[in-house]
Amino acid sequence: MAVCVAVIAKENYPLYIRSVPTQNELKFHYTVHTSLDVVEEKVSAVGKALPDQRELYLGLLYPTEDYKVYGYVTNSKVKFVIVVDSSNTSLRDNEIRSMFRKLHSSFTDVMCNPFYNPGDTIQSKSFDSIVSAMMVQSS
Amino acid sequence: MSPTQWDLPPELCCRPMAFVALTGLDVVYNAVHRAIWDAFCANRRADRVPISFKVLPGDHEYPKCRTKRTSYEWYIPKGILKTGWMNKHLNLVPALVVLFYELDWDDAQWKEKQSECATKVEIVRTSLQGRNTKVAVVLIQKKTPLPPGEDVVASERAAALCNACDLSGKSLFVLPHTDHLVGYIIRLENAFYEHAQTYYYNEIRRVKSHKEFLNKTTHQLLFVRHQFKTGFFSELKQDTQNALKHYRSAYGLIHELRAHETNMLEIKTLAGFINYKICRLCFQHNTPLDAIAQFRKHIDLCKKKLGSGDLAFEHTAWMSKQFQSFGDLFDEAIKLGLTAIQTQNPGFYYQQAACYAQERKQQASQFCSHEPNVTYPLPDPLETLSGVLDFYGQRAWRQGHQSIDPPDPDREKQGVLALQMKERSVQHSELIIALLSNAVAQFKKYKCPRMKSHLMVQMGEEYFHAKEYTKALKLLDYVMCDYRTERWWSLLTSILGTALKCSYLTGHVKDYITYSMELVGRASTLREDQKSRIEKNLIRVLMNEVPEEEPNCDAGSVRAAQGLWGERLTLAAGNEFTIEVQDCVPFIQCKARFLSPSFHVDEPVQLHVYLRADCPHPVRFAKLGVSLSNQEYNQYCLVEEACKVKDILEPSSQENMCLVPGKTRKYCFKFVAKTEDVGRKIEITHVDLMLGVESGRCVYLNWRGGGGDAASAHEALQASRSFKRRTRLPGQQLEWDTVSVQASTMVISRVPRISVQLRHEPPALTNEMYCMTITIQSEEDTVARDVCLTAGLKPGQDANLTQTTHVTLDSSEGCDDAHPALLTDIVVGDLQPGQKMEKKLYVRCVNTGSRIFLFHVSYAISSTVEGKDIACKCHKVRDETVTIDTVVPFEVAVKFVSTKFEHLERVYVDVPFLLMVDILSASPWPVHLVDSQIQLASNMAAVDLPQSQVAAVVLQTGECASECFSLKCPPVQNGTSTVAAGHYLISWKRCVHPLTCQPLLIIVTVPVVLPLSHPLPPRTSELPSFGRVRESLPVWYHIENRTGMVQEVDVSVEPSDAFMFSGLKQVRMRILPGSVQEMVYNFYPLMAGYQNLPLLNVSVLRLPSIPSQLLQRFLPTRIFIKVRPPLHQHEPFLTLCYVMHYIHTGC
Repeated sequence: MAVCVAVIAKENYPLYIRSVPTQNELKFHYTVHTSLDVVEEKVSAVGKALPDQRELYLGLLYPTEDYKVYGYVTNSKVKFVIVVDSSNTSLRDNEIRSMFRKLHSSFTDVMCNPFYNPGDTIQSKSFDSIVSAMMVQSS
Repeated sequence: MSPTQWDLPPELCCRPMAFVALTGLDVVYNAVHRAIWDAFCANRRADRVPISFKVLPGDHEYPKCRTKRTSYEWYIPKGILKTGWMNKHLNLVPALVVLFYELDWDDAQWKEKQSECATKVEIVRTSLQGRNTKVAVVLIQKKTPLPPGEDVVASERAAALCNACDLSGKSLFVLPHTDHLVGYIIRLENAFYEHAQTYYYNEIRRVKSHKEFLNKTTHQLLFVRHQFKTGFFSELKQDTQNALKHYRSAYGLIHELRAHETNMLEIKTLAGFINYKICRLCFQHNTPLDAIAQFRKHIDLCKKKLGSGDLAFEHTAWMSKQFQSFGDLFDEAIKLGLTAIQTQNPGFYYQQAACYAQERKQQASQFCSHEPNVTYPLPDPLETLSGVLDFYGQRAWRQGHQSIDPPDPDREKQGVLALQMKERSVQHSELIIALLSNAVAQFKKYKCPRMKSHLMVQMGEEYFHAKEYTKALKLLDYVMCDYRTERWWSLLTSILGTALKCSYLTGHVKDYITYSMELVGRASTLREDQKSRIEKNLIRVLMNEVPEEEPNCDAGSVRAAQGLWGERLTLAAGNEFTIEVQDCVPFIQCKARFLSPSFHVDEPVQLHVYLRADCPHPVRFAKLGVSLSNQEYNQYCLVEEACKVKDILEPSSQENMCLVPGKTRKYCFKFVAKTEDVGRKIEITHVDLMLGVESGRCVYLNWRGGGGDAASAHEALQASRSFKRRTRLPGQQLEWDTVSVQASTMVISRVPRISVQLRHEPPALTNEMYCMTITIQSEEDTVARDVCLTAGLKPGQDANLTQTTHVTLDSSEGCDDAHPALLTDIVVGDLQPGQKMEKKLYVRCVNTGSRIFLFHVSYAISSTVEGKDIACKCHKVRDETVTIDTVVPFEVAVKFVSTKFEHLERVYVDVPFLLMVDILSASPWPVHLVDSQIQLASNMAAVDLPQSQVAAVVLQTGECASECFSLKCPPVQNGTSTVAAGHYLISWKRCVHPLTCQPLLIIVTVPVVLPLSHPLPPRTSELPSFGRVRESLPVWYHIENRTGMVQEVDVSVEPSDAFMFSGLKQVRMRILPGSVQEMVYNFYPLMAGYQNLPLLNVSVLRLPSIPSQLLQRFLPTRIFIKVRPPLHQHEPFLTLCYVMHYIHTGC
């Protein structure tokens, strides 16, 4: 499962970022932030194709020695980033996809909330619980 | 940096080339030999065969060959690869030794020289005892050789020489020392290359032949060694495909070795070597993916081979080196044309190398922090007899030892201790920073700005650890803004924390204050207690005291820093700092706004400044000032209250100059704008807030424009989107988000209290003096002075309108082209309160169309604002503008008609015709036609005195007046085709205009006529206007011959029901040139009313082109016949009978 889940605004600032508490939180922030380089590059490359043919799931952004970073971009250019431990080889691409889909639908719920101001950090409890379910349970 | 034990040996990293030794060349004293040697060395480009040449003396001692082992049965290898082996085959043992010898075929002392050469060959052979190295002889000759087969002596002697030297014919070469030296050399080296290839081929076979003697239990190391050697020889042979194959199998074999703590380092070292070779060859074969896959496999296999726990840093050092050297290989391949991508570039490998280097540093600090009394062990366990190791990757104190347990535990301990002590002296930070900067350079190239920033942060942190605080500060400050603009506050806070420490340790006051302000502010993610600590420190700095030390700093540096700060205290100057807040997110926010986007000059300009602090403790400031674009107002926008030093820490929330966290404070300013500024913009250039004391240390926070820092633009946007109800906070409190910045305002002129009214009757008529009456009435309470009126065509319209519109105030004189379209600043004088004034303006529009007119009144008035007298100017523009249409007063149509009112296309000379004028009124107003007049051209004559028939007529809209003039065209000179007829003049005016008003003149040019002279114009003369029934009506017809010839004319009269007549009914006659023929007919009308006269047909026989119709048109066709009075009814009848008889018989 994921060790870090992040939602990044269109303007590339974090709306939501959560990582496993056992490890250095800052490191994950840096990992997510640097992955935006690849996201931007991929989005601009895909952007030239027809918009309705665009695949939201960007796949593996880049591998580091310890983690794998996956990306997903909504049509409104909100980015989702999931960081997975490299040692976790059991995780298939499909499972990552479904995690992103879940995340997306939960994010949509957040956006539908009339009391949520788009662009503010996400503080929804239900979103939080969805993310929690995706995260590695630290024992 | 000197090479460390982790650096790969240079003989591994170079490209192996066949080694050929050249002997018998005296390159120092012999010019010919020098030239030959130069030809071998110079210009070794890629197209030349890969050989490394070396000049050796003829009696050079080559490395001795050990006696060949006949059996491996009792042999136990001591290591995998000897350290000297690669160098030996690259630089010491040649594949071929070439003996150069000066000897021509026809040499006089052939015999002697031949034996000398043979001796030299023998010496070389002896020193190569046991090696397979080939020997070749090159004869340096002065003469150009003859083609093969022709020189019998040569072939004989060559065979003899070969025999003497025990050489095969293939190993004897001739090098004529002539012009084409380089060409010969290239041919020679190709031949050498072939020999070298054969040598390495034999070497490979020799190494392979050992295989059958090996067994898997004791000779495992040899399997690896032999595969490596085969690979290396293949590379020397330039057979890289086979080399790769052998290296790969060597790599596979090395991981089959039994690994334990004592040989772990050796295995990893060799694995690293072989991996390096494989990756290098893969890149060389342009299969970068294979290289990457091999490297990944290598890392995955070796990652877990940690080795001894006490020497864990060795593993990370080795790992770091693996990544670094792969990065180097990758980078080198890119330089040779490989393309890398964003997600697969050397930067990642350098980054990972740096990562391991960091880990190494951590482990080193963990394992190598010995008590100070532990000394380096003596004798040095790392010392060896020869100074170098025998085998790669072995321990100096137990070389060649291959058992699982170390032979001597004490010695082992000492060895480990020695290694740990050595590790302690390694400059880790230097290594890490070098790797990071390599990575930064790569990521910069592959469009990864964020990765680059991240690595730069790491570099900065590493500099911090290396106590290079100034460098750290520079790097961190550089990347900080990237994180700030992207709003990654958590990362920014972390960077700021490090930067704050650096600035504390270096005693940079300004940086210290800037970072503190941001760390205390709203962008910081620090905990409240941390913020509180920093704020207290900040206040200490503002009070010119030494701040408390930052946590987690090097103790030595802290002591130095305290000294520095102490020095700063005593420093008198340089204690004033200005911080530009648009580049950071400080703990005080500011918004300034003018209450309105514009102010009239007679009301005070109002400006509010809102301040809010985000820090944990209340903060007190000394001065707040707003700078405006006109600096004269700055004095009115200033709050100042020098605070005593002790007040800063104990502020009371009630005071004006104290900002309480989370509360918005408002400061109001008011000033009267200067009259010079009317129409100008007043802008807030910046807002300054002073913290601290002027005498001590003070900081100016400088907000550009109306406030706002690096984060506020986004916050304002979010606030504007927010659903949150804008609740009124109790009291004077304001919701911060609801305040918007208004950084500029306009000063506009005072609202005029004067009325301007306009009376006129549109539309205007073309050319008339259109009158507009302007009434100006003052509604001011005091005298309006210098009232000026500007009236006329509004500028900025079509340029033609300016030329066709003329304005004047004076109606008595005409208004011509000299008059302007706009009259500016017509002085009206002063107006008393309530006074009214009228002005008349006359406009003449030359052409039709609509025009926009402008009426503008300005005046000066004194007024008092806020107890200040000001003289302000007022402007009144009456309803902005007036649009006036101009129309033509009437349309005049002029045409020519014949005397019979028939339309004339042309007129005939001397034949009278009519000029018909129709005047149609198009004006919406009645128009009075004063007079009309025709002015004829010289070649046009009036039949009688022309008199106006429409004078004093008044035309209503749509009415038409007509008049006509009878004209005649006198004979014209030949050749003149058209004749100008003259002008028709109408003078007119509007009915309503007073008599004084001058009538206006319209001049219509009568169209030109085309007079034709008629050769034979028939005409009647004295035809009465009417006849009476049964009363004789004599008619004279005249036919004039205007041609120069006698004309024969047929004349006939057609009978008519309405008339009886007498005269010639049909006659042919001749008319002399210039004479007139008169014919008389006596008509006798029979019926009353309009009757057609009997038709006279005239045909000119000589000029058939003239139809009789043309001749007839000059003659009257009808006449009105009145009824006769009833007296004397019978008598005339008799007369008639007589006449009829006469007609019937007379011709």
